[in-house]
Amino acid sequence: MTAARAMRGLDSGQLLLICAAGMLTVAGISHTAAGGPVDPQVAIGFGALIAVGELARLTMPGNREVAPISTAAAIGYALLLDVGGQPARQSALQVVAVMSVGMIAGALPHLAVGRPPRLDAIARRLLAGSLLAFAYRPLAGSLRSIAIDGNWWPALGVMAALVGLMLTADVVIAAMLRAEQVRTAFGVAVRDELRMAAPLGAAVAASGTLLALAAHSMNMTALLVFAAPLLVTQVAFRKYAGIRATYLQTVRALSRVTEVGGYVEPGHSRRVSMLSVAVGRELGMPEPQLLELEYAALMHDIGQLSLSDPIPGGATVLTDPAQAKRIAELGAEVIRKTGVLHGVAEIVRRQCDTVDHSPPMPSRVIKVANAYDDLVGGSPDRDRAAAALERLRFGVGTEYDPAVVEAMARVVDRLTGATRL
Amino acid sequence: MRELPWPAKVYFVVLNAAAVALVVESAVTPGWFDQAELPTLVVLALLFLVCESVPTVLNVPQAAISVSFSAALAAVVLVGPEGAALVGLMAVVSVRPGLPVVKRLFNGAQFVICGYAAGVAFELAGGTPGLPRENDFPGVVVPYGAATAAFVLINFALTAVILLLAEGVGKDQVPLRGTVQILGSYLGYATFGLLIAGLWATVQSISAVLVLIPLFVARWAFGHYHAQQRSYDATIAALCQAVETKDYYTRGHCTRVSRASSMIAEEIGMGTERLRAIRYAGMLHDVGKLGVPTKVLQKDGKLTEEEFAAIQLHPMRGLEIVYGIDFLDEAFAGIMHHHERQDGKGYPMGLAGDEIPEFARIIAVADAFDSMTSDRAYRKAKSIEEAVAELRKGAGTQFDPVMVNTFIKALDRHGWEPPRAVSAPPGPAVAAAKDHDDPTMPIQVISER
Repeated sequence: MTAARAMRGLDSGQLLLICAAGMLTVAGISHTAAGGPVDPQVAIGFGALIAVGELARLTMPGNREVAPISTAAAIGYALLLDVGGQPARQSALQVVAVMSVGMIAGALPHLAVGRPPRLDAIARRLLAGSLLAFAYRPLAGSLRSIAIDGNWWPALGVMAALVGLMLTADVVIAAMLRAEQVRTAFGVAVRDELRMAAPLGAAVAASGTLLALAAHSMNMTALLVFAAPLLVTQVAFRKYAGIRATYLQTVRALSRVTEVGGYVEPGHSRRVSMLSVAVGRELGMPEPQLLELEYAALMHDIGQLSLSDPIPGGATVLTDPAQAKRIAELGAEVIRKTGVLHGVAEIVRRQCDTVDHSPPMPSRVIKVANAYDDLVGGSPDRDRAAAALERLRFGVGTEYDPAVVEAMARVVDRLTGATRL
Repeated sequence: MRELPWPAKVYFVVLNAAAVALVVESAVTPGWFDQAELPTLVVLALLFLVCESVPTVLNVPQAAISVSFSAALAAVVLVGPEGAALVGLMAVVSVRPGLPVVKRLFNGAQFVICGYAAGVAFELAGGTPGLPRENDFPGVVVPYGAATAAFVLINFALTAVILLLAEGVGKDQVPLRGTVQILGSYLGYATFGLLIAGLWATVQSISAVLVLIPLFVARWAFGHYHAQQRSYDATIAALCQAVETKDYYTRGHCTRVSRASSMIAEEIGMGTERLRAIRYAGMLHDVGKLGVPTKVLQKDGKLTEEEFAAIQLHPMRGLEIVYGIDFLDEAFAGIMHHHERQDGKGYPMGLAGDEIPEFARIIAVADAFDSMTSDRAYRKAKSIEEAVAELRKGAGTQFDPVMVNTFIKALDRHGWEPPRAVSAPPGPAVAAAKDHDDPTMPIQVISER
């Protein structure tokens, strides 16, 4: 039942990815089980670390699930040259097997308390690690024989190159999935993914390489010692992701005060923000700009709090322009008081500017989304939506930006189509 | 330096003299210099310099330890006590603009002494300085642990003494939880040192780079975290103030209640996480007031039961608004129950005594205190003494006596800055004739029975 529901939420790209990972898992485990694992102690050590890392996975902004410690351990195991002087002879398939067993073991406790891992994220981690293993394991023997004579540089170079390649592939896969999921352009998705993945990726790559090198002189102590730098990184990112999430939740929650105070229709701010973000994506905005757009859309009516009594009905599209302008100014004033969200304040300030005043793009988006929601409300009715769009089209070129209105039409078409099905 | 009391000056001079003696001794120790490789020493010194120049502030503000600690400990393993002392000396010339010379000298002296002592401890515990070999691990862990312990303890002692002499006793007591966190981060940094030393044999300084990359990324993330945190605090304060603009007299109420609540919470020794939660709860406690029609809030004279019910609903409204935020559950309880009374006559649930959540008991005291010490349209602000007397009077019936006493203690310790006197609002704004938070002016309700 749950599995079926989980499957329905996935699109074709994700399914393909998960199937590939599943097949790899089966191949790896059956191959290793048939031949018996090489160096079982090392395998168990790394597998345990992967499991711990999976247990400590975290969700980065944009609902991206990552498990830095697990990934670093996987990189370490894939890149291993030798352990305390003994050459590491595990095959690529064994690496795959250790990774998948570790990942499953680490995911089980989460599953037990009802927080299943995101299948596509875990599949991506496995696939990236496998890619590295298949590329590197065949070279391991010859690299080791050079390194053991005292020249570690070729090994280091190959490691760096392959890890870089693996991370690039990971970013490309992630961007492809994301583009399909949130309907954004592939180029924009690549840049977004890269921005999110670069710092953590650098840390993970460095730690993984370190682990592979450390195992030579430090034996399995490396596993214990190595976890420390990445643990600090993990703590830092967890805190960062936590505050980012709380921030968004808080702005979303507090945007509702205008509704509770009776200044706007219930759900107005939330709907305008959702529409704005969808339109912004349609227009190819990158994620940082989308975040600003979302904040601005959520708070676009906050200026009304400064009015002593609510405007009847609260619909700003119908109030006179001077009044609307004043609300926008007051709202921008409130936001400017934060001392940080200057961009958001500017967007809110110019939300009712007509096209000939050339307001910033996010302001144009909010203007259209706001007008649309004022006309339609939360209604899923297709005819009402069409009528509202028709009315918006009348204002194209003077009131509204044509590109924004067209993007809005596409978004609305998708939304009403989806609710009708 | 000049403003330091004389014992601190003496201590400072003694410390520096000891450090100079150690450095000179290290530099002239016969036979030592041939044994340690000069390049290793130079690279380590450079590494230390880089680390010392970018202090990594982790989550405890009191413990601005930098990664240099790791570099110093790596030096202990690689070049022995003499080398560690010389590496520690680099702290004097770290690239941190604005750092006073006195502090530089103190840091340098401290690193020299600690490094040397750690080196001695390392040797005493059976370690031999030099490049670790394959079979050294895990045997080197015990001496390394001894070296770390020596370094941390002496560092702690030296810093504690100067703080004691310079600022007087107990002024800056670090809570136990903070100490645990500091020890934790020391342990982490110590591990990096071992990593650097352990990998030196294979890829030399590249090992240091590889160890440092995750750390610098962590530093970057912590930087972003702190920036976001500050931005978040500013945003939440600005939004709460926006909610208050409707009532001219209650401006700044939320930030002051937040401050007073965290004063009480600090006084009873709450942990960091709960402290943060109560700060936000105090800030957001009256967000639901917006759901109460303005004419009810501003009505002169007695309220009808219906109108009073609208006021009684505001904690629930507030809860409804903030429910989607990922706060501690206690924060929600604090917002919902901040108008409960000890005798059970409060609202919305009529809880009594210990049934009232701790956060709510704290916010209730802070809320009433700020209301009394602020100007209202119908009266001037009371003095702090009068307000405290009112709190005392209400202890046991309206307020939790423990929280009242704690708050008075906190007031004695930190003082309180009441809001500036409010002049009559400009323009024809209608001012509220009552304040639901004011314990000296209970809301009068017309009984319809």
